[in-house]
Amino acid sequence: MNMPDSILEEKTGVVEGQPPWRRFASDFCESRLAVAGLTIFVLIALSAIFAPWITPQDPYDLMQIDILDGRLPPGSVSGEMTYLLGTDDQGRDMLSGIFYGLRTSLSVGAASTLIALFLGGSVGLIAAYFGGRVDTIIMRVADLQLSFPAILIALILVSILGQGVDKIIIALVGVQWAYYARTIRGTALVERRREYIEAATCLALSHRRIVFRHLLPNCTPPLIVVGTVQVAHAIALEATLSFLGIGIPITEPSLGLLIKNGFDYMLSGDYWISFYPGIALLITIVSINLVGDQLRDVLNPRLQR
Amino acid sequence: MLAFTVRRLLQSVIVLFVMSIIVFLGIYAIGNPVDILINPEADIAEQEATIRRLGLDKPVWTQYFTFLTNVLQGDLGTSFVHNEPALLIILERLPATMELAVGAVGLAIIIGIPAGIIAGLYPDSIIGRGIMAGSILGFSLPTFWVGLMLIMLFSVMLGWLPASGRGDTVGFLGVQVSFLTWDGLTHIFLPAFNLALFKMSLVIRLARAGTREVMLQDYIKFARAKGLSNVRVIGVHVLKNILIPVVTVLGLELGSVIAFAVVTETVFAWPGIGKLLIDSIGNLDRPLVVAYLLMTVTMFIIINFVVDILYSLLDPRVRLGDMKA
Amino acid sequence: MKIRLISFAAAFAMTTLAPVMASAADLTVGLASEPSSIDPHYHNLGPNNEMRRHIFESLIWQDEQQKLTPLLATSWEPTSETTWEFKLRKGVKFHDGSDFTARDFVYTACRIPTVPNSPSSFTIYTSAMKKIETPDPHTLIIHTEKPYPLLPVELAVWGIISATANGVTGDITFNPDGTGCGITSFPQTKEFNSGQATIGTGMFKYGEYVKGDRYVMNRNDAYWGEGTEWDTVTFKPITNSAARVAALLAGDVDFISKPPTQDLERLESEPDITLSSMGSNRVIYLHMDQYGPSTPGVKGTGAPDGTYEGEGPCATSACEKNPLLDRRVRQALSKAINRDAIVDKVMGGYAVAAGELLPQGFFGTNEGAKPEAYDPEGAKKLLVEAGYPNGFELVLGTPNDRYINDAKIAQAIAQMFTRVGIKTSVNAMTKSVFFATRNKYEFSLYLAGWGSGTGEMSSPMRALVGTRDKSRGLGGTNRGRYSNPVIDDMIMEALSTVDDDKRATLLAESSRMAMEDYAILPLHFEVTIWAHRSDLSYGARADQYTMAIGINSKK
Repeated sequence: MNMPDSILEEKTGVVEGQPPWRRFASDFCESRLAVAGLTIFVLIALSAIFAPWITPQDPYDLMQIDILDGRLPPGSVSGEMTYLLGTDDQGRDMLSGIFYGLRTSLSVGAASTLIALFLGGSVGLIAAYFGGRVDTIIMRVADLQLSFPAILIALILVSILGQGVDKIIIALVGVQWAYYARTIRGTALVERRREYIEAATCLALSHRRIVFRHLLPNCTPPLIVVGTVQVAHAIALEATLSFLGIGIPITEPSLGLLIKNGFDYMLSGDYWISFYPGIALLITIVSINLVGDQLRDVLNPRLQR
Repeated sequence: MLAFTVRRLLQSVIVLFVMSIIVFLGIYAIGNPVDILINPEADIAEQEATIRRLGLDKPVWTQYFTFLTNVLQGDLGTSFVHNEPALLIILERLPATMELAVGAVGLAIIIGIPAGIIAGLYPDSIIGRGIMAGSILGFSLPTFWVGLMLIMLFSVMLGWLPASGRGDTVGFLGVQVSFLTWDGLTHIFLPAFNLALFKMSLVIRLARAGTREVMLQDYIKFARAKGLSNVRVIGVHVLKNILIPVVTVLGLELGSVIAFAVVTETVFAWPGIGKLLIDSIGNLDRPLVVAYLLMTVTMFIIINFVVDILYSLLDPRVRLGDMKA
Repeated sequence: MKIRLISFAAAFAMTTLAPVMASAADLTVGLASEPSSIDPHYHNLGPNNEMRRHIFESLIWQDEQQKLTPLLATSWEPTSETTWEFKLRKGVKFHDGSDFTARDFVYTACRIPTVPNSPSSFTIYTSAMKKIETPDPHTLIIHTEKPYPLLPVELAVWGIISATANGVTGDITFNPDGTGCGITSFPQTKEFNSGQATIGTGMFKYGEYVKGDRYVMNRNDAYWGEGTEWDTVTFKPITNSAARVAALLAGDVDFISKPPTQDLERLESEPDITLSSMGSNRVIYLHMDQYGPSTPGVKGTGAPDGTYEGEGPCATSACEKNPLLDRRVRQALSKAINRDAIVDKVMGGYAVAAGELLPQGFFGTNEGAKPEAYDPEGAKKLLVEAGYPNGFELVLGTPNDRYINDAKIAQAIAQMFTRVGIKTSVNAMTKSVFFATRNKYEFSLYLAGWGSGTGEMSSPMRALVGTRDKSRGLGGTNRGRYSNPVIDDMIMEALSTVDDDKRATLLAESSRMAMEDYAILPLHFEVTIWAHRSDLSYGARADQYTMAIGINSKK
């Protein structure tokens, strides 16, 4: 049952032979669930990216929507439009609304994750590489922040910043950066003691070159794991903030806001307004989590597989 | 130990101070509470008089200084909305939230640990996979959505449990609690379960990971070789090993549960401090918001401190001196 | 205190004549908004005032249509332009058993200006009184500085507390300076919240108050009037509308206020649930920035004709020309709105298209004033005439949690404006942010609502249409800053005309002028809805108040 050492080394990419990414890919594909998750996620991402070209309607263009078509059940036909998933109270096609909502949700999730990853990653790397007082201060702040629940911090930030997509992103970055800082610092501290960094230092390479060309690439695997999980968290957090009425403005509804709007209609039998966006959000988050889960298993050498 | 405590204390004071400035200024920047609190029939002169009455005409730094002076004397300010000391209002509402949080953590542990151990023992079985899939769902489902679904199912469609509110309460050690009455118990179940769902997934994962790791250890193999029953192996060795992370969860997550109660309390109209916070943000009731945050932050600092101490007691390898203060 | 209440209840239980079934005599009401306090003089706002009326009575009652009827005063009349005489009801007792007399009125009037930290004081309803005489315990003579026709209606807004119960026994002389008439200590807000000082003359008595959870009232068996059939009424604030409906459907509560529009069909289909509704006096309107040569948020109108002076974002940053100064543009906006579609589709039929700021039949309205007809072609033509053949861009500000379906109405209007060529985007925000933004004049166009507390046209005209003027008390909520000196003078004249017929004519005329000038665009009047068990009935009210006083079981 014990893991042979060779496998462990292969996983960290030290042993020559099979390229590490291929090994990684085949490990990842061991779980059919994760592959399904990845496939679904790619499809969702594509439909969000290409929403303007594949949706029957631009739900933000007030010329295209008509209040008189409000709350039509799925499959209704009005004029030239067929509303496959029905319409909301404003007469927006739900299908189009969901695709555009996905766009908002995913871009808020992705943007906040990327910015937080960049900021938190840089800060964490700096802390690990320089150590000493810089490290102490940065990590103290990060630890402090991590000891408070994300929702509380996000709530404070958004209530101070006000409504808006940009504000939400800032708040989510403010919540997330510490996760990356801590993750990358932990990994970097281990990597820093390795021979290749010593070698690079002996070659008198610049700090920047050592950090970004040598240290960073070797710290990415755990970062990817945390990043995947955090995207899902960010999307769910945004939905929650929107539900509490302090998130995205209603004119550019994210999935969370679509659900919130639908939440008001759930009891009246107009289930489709909340049901489909809810399902879309659910599928998105679950697929991301499935991928993240498998990534964690694959990239965590401590776990025997 | 002493140095650790002192360092913690100093750090906490700084955190509280910085927090109070940020929140004070932030809420000041959003707007004037008089704009929403005043009766629209009031004319301009009355509007100005009200702003003066609440001291909102003074420069923000003066206002903050007044606040700080009062805090040092133990007064966190008087709520703009309720005209009672902010701290008092929060303390009045705290038992409801604590009750909900404890109920949620309790449910998470009662259901989460056995489920996690099963998933850890049989990771490839249908049950194990099912539990893990369920925990992924628990992580993914937004709390408010689940809350409404629970109301839809159990209150409206089945009519088993009440949809909102706290139900009958009785005095217990000087505070009003609802878990001692049947009516109160029926009221607390849905919100507590709703709040527990996320933590339950977390406990399941912790327990599963712990179990899997422990099962590979030599001493477990040894215990099994010795012919100890499975029940004993799990009951003693596995449980003991996953206790440390779960104690941490117990402590740390209680705080986060209190924070997350904001959502659950809003859905179930549970009269706790979370709902109070949302209402107060909506009303720009600055004294209440600041007092809430100062209080929660203090609570977190204490919880973290206690967890660290407990941790060092449970695991002799951890020494407080080594820990980040 | 508690013991005393119980012994009272026991004493009266024995003498109660009409025994009611115990299970049927308890009522639970789910409220959309929670009172901030039980103190009747702390916060002058709807949720507080509706709760206040159960416990503390005022001199005068407003009926379902806001008509004034006797309560603690049996009759009143102006004896001169500046003097009013009120005859008080005899034999009325407070909950503690003390008698109600004119002294209690004076005591209350003295307390109102002294309530500390009040975020919305009742002084706006006491400041007109300059001198109060009490020739006998059941007569009040009130002097005002100027002729003040609104005095009776303002006396319907605040409830009277007992002087004796609060430890004042001697004579009290009213002093209008607002320092408390020499009384050194009044009961504090927290004493009302705890029930200690919550002693009124109302048909309900304080039972229990748990902030955020419930407010329990018990029947006052010693009530002077007909009283209530309910032994106990519990008010529960359930601010989330879906949860409120769910609580009613689940049977947790018997009665709820403001069920959301979208759930009405569902509720109507339930055999055990009935809806009560009443056209309210709350008008939903659009205010248009008519202040300076430029205005924020408008694009495509070119450079402004002059420089912007005064308060507002355009004083410091560049803005484009303000098209809303042109009456034709305002008229075009009005014509572009399909009010019937809003009523039908957004409000689910529970609204009435508005042609004025108060519904037909209220004091000071013009008989037959019709809502603007939907005429998109006419609107386009007017825009061309005004020099905007290609329209322009506009931002419509709205709260999204203040009025019934507020943000949805705004989105519908934005669609309609966009159709006539005014590309409109909606800026919806939570009410705290909305009001702050509005008060900084950051909107060219915003949606808001106005409920008239007095039920007469002077209320919206004074606050929404009158030029902002601190000394005259006009324009308190006129953030569109429309200004018309002729209308101002008419409002001022009406406000000091005691003769009802003359005042009504003046108000109607000022309203007609404002509508003709498109000073403000009324959209519709909210129809307030209550949902409750089918075996209950409610005397639905135009002021949107939810009160157990009007809830009866069907016999």
